[in-house]
Amino acid sequence: MSAEPRPADFRRASTAALADGPLRANFRRAMDGLMAKRAARFADPVEWRDLRALGAAIRARTLARLPEHLVRLEARCRENGISVRWAETTEEANAIVLEILRRHGATRVVKGKSMVSEEMHLNDFLERHGIESLESDLGEYIIQLDGETPSHIIMPAIHKNRGQIAKLFGRKIRDAVYTEDVDALTAIARRVLRRKFFEADAGISGVNFAVAETGTLCLVENEGNGRMSTHVPPVHIALMGVEKVVPRLEDVPPLYSLLTRSATAQPITTYFNMIGGPRGPGEKDGPREVHLVILDNGRSRMHADRALQATLRCIRCGACMNHCPVYTRIGGHAYEAVYPGPIGQLVTPQTEGVDRRADLLEASSLCGACGEVCPVGIPIPELIVRLRTEAAAPGGASAVLGRGGARHRVESLAWRVWSTVLSRPRLYRAAALAATRLGRLVPAGFPPLSAWTRFRSAPRPARRSLHELADDERIPDA
Amino acid sequence: MPDGARERILARLESGASTEPAGEPDFAVMARRAVRPEERYASLRRAMEAVHAEFLEANGDDWPGRVRAFAEAEGIRSIAYGPGTDAAGRLESVLRGSAVRLVPYDRPIEEMKRTLFDDVDAGFTTTRGGIADTGGLILWPTPEEPRLLSLVPPVHLALLDVARIHGSLWQAMRDEGWAGRMPPNALLVSGPSKTADIEQTLAYGVHGPKRLVVIAVVPRA
Repeated sequence: MSAEPRPADFRRASTAALADGPLRANFRRAMDGLMAKRAARFADPVEWRDLRALGAAIRARTLARLPEHLVRLEARCRENGISVRWAETTEEANAIVLEILRRHGATRVVKGKSMVSEEMHLNDFLERHGIESLESDLGEYIIQLDGETPSHIIMPAIHKNRGQIAKLFGRKIRDAVYTEDVDALTAIARRVLRRKFFEADAGISGVNFAVAETGTLCLVENEGNGRMSTHVPPVHIALMGVEKVVPRLEDVPPLYSLLTRSATAQPITTYFNMIGGPRGPGEKDGPREVHLVILDNGRSRMHADRALQATLRCIRCGACMNHCPVYTRIGGHAYEAVYPGPIGQLVTPQTEGVDRRADLLEASSLCGACGEVCPVGIPIPELIVRLRTEAAAPGGASAVLGRGGARHRVESLAWRVWSTVLSRPRLYRAAALAATRLGRLVPAGFPPLSAWTRFRSAPRPARRSLHELADDERIPDA
Repeated sequence: MPDGARERILARLESGASTEPAGEPDFAVMARRAVRPEERYASLRRAMEAVHAEFLEANGDDWPGRVRAFAEAEGIRSIAYGPGTDAAGRLESVLRGSAVRLVPYDRPIEEMKRTLFDDVDAGFTTTRGGIADTGGLILWPTPEEPRLLSLVPPVHLALLDVARIHGSLWQAMRDEGWAGRMPPNALLVSGPSKTADIEQTLAYGVHGPKRLVVIAVVPRA
């Protein structure tokens, strides 16, 4: 395990983020732009409705028969000359990668963007074993230089502005002339990374879609670093979660279209790379070996629950975070998790335990924006509520890790009082009378009310209840 | 070798929830997107020019002359290419004796790496066709035309027969039956390499080619 200095503390991290003016400006600007561009790219509501229904159906049907598709994928990949390994945990996945690299005496690795590798903390792991693992996606390269983790799953360095990046390059890259010109900064990274591609002993990438029918690994990208990482070095290792499989090649175009338009509002990316095996007979290039590592890391637990299984439909477009009022204000790092934003609020508590990360489940106003823009129709707000319920459950069996662990005595008591009062008319009237006549006397500055009144004015109950006013108007009870 | 992790993962997934959702996925929305044949070239070109691809138009067989004129005008002094194809033969005959040097990619990458990375100004490839609705070229690299020709040199020259532009990716896959014949590497390329990782600002030429030049072969008028 990588060293974790202290347990995640969402309240502290989000409070700090809210006080960071430049950070908030960087996110606000980026999210506003992304939302507007995405909306324009899905301008036809009928097409959006039908394409999204298709994407959701493909993903849901895939998950319904996941083992069968995975077994087929494995068989087809092996026929194509791709070796396939399975890992239950990130530790196992790291060990597999290390073993492959050691077998080839590899000391220099270039990496394309992969969220699964972030789950594995693969760079740290390889560095500890004496292997240089260099991120080659420009955004990932920037944050790796600064010792950070991604703050967004598509645009990992979105929290930084050009001035911050210019200073970073000046500090960390030899011979880098200080410039805030984006083209010039990009050219500096190109110069450094082309050498690294040239020298690398192995390349590591993620997988966007793995096609069971053909044994094809699909990679979506704009920079060309993915193709460089997977095709220049003699060994390619691809990492995927068990959910990344799709049954048929025909399933790819609709998902690809939903992905690029939802993520960056592009009709298509610069490159769509379909890898069907290592260097074939007579071929002059391409890796001599291609390895696929299939990782579980808590996914089979999500799969076990009929409703929560929808979490695994995710195609990692990031639209939910781009549209989230909470994410936009606090940025990705405050979640202290691999996956930030609404999808992270589903993934992280299910992986680490709803007891340990219950605070993340509260970081939602349930405004519904994430569910509305999800291109594969994951009912994110409903699932957040479901996980809140699991976290506060009084007991009983469930597939959810840490169920009931965030149950709070005062909160449970409050709800019990609430339901008792509401189910007894006489008690309810007495309570309403007390609230309207005496409510103003309750001191607002003490817990638990202070949690609300610290930042907001205290609600002032009306002098007479709605019931009483309705009675005055002789409005009959329903 | 028995793989314990594999068996355990599959067993957990087997025992998981597996309610088959009702109804087959409906692909009608994909069929609706198709661009009519006579509009395909214009649609592809519009979409690709929007992401900075450049176009040279040639009538029928005179495309190697366009490549030569372009290379001379742009100061491209060397072009890597894959010998052995029909197109390569034509390119050779037109560029022979010109100021533009043709560099054959005829040995394994281990022997060609430095040349490709540092010593050529451009790479030339044919294409299998194009995609009209989103823009994009279809490339299936072959032993004659290796995978890195379209990636490593700073300029990618791509020959496109406009008669081979499909309405959409979905249609191309279906019409040509890709599922039964996927090669070791197939790819779509829609423009020069680009990034928006710094402040959402587009910058071209980050790792792959800085320029994508499509030589579009249109039928003789």
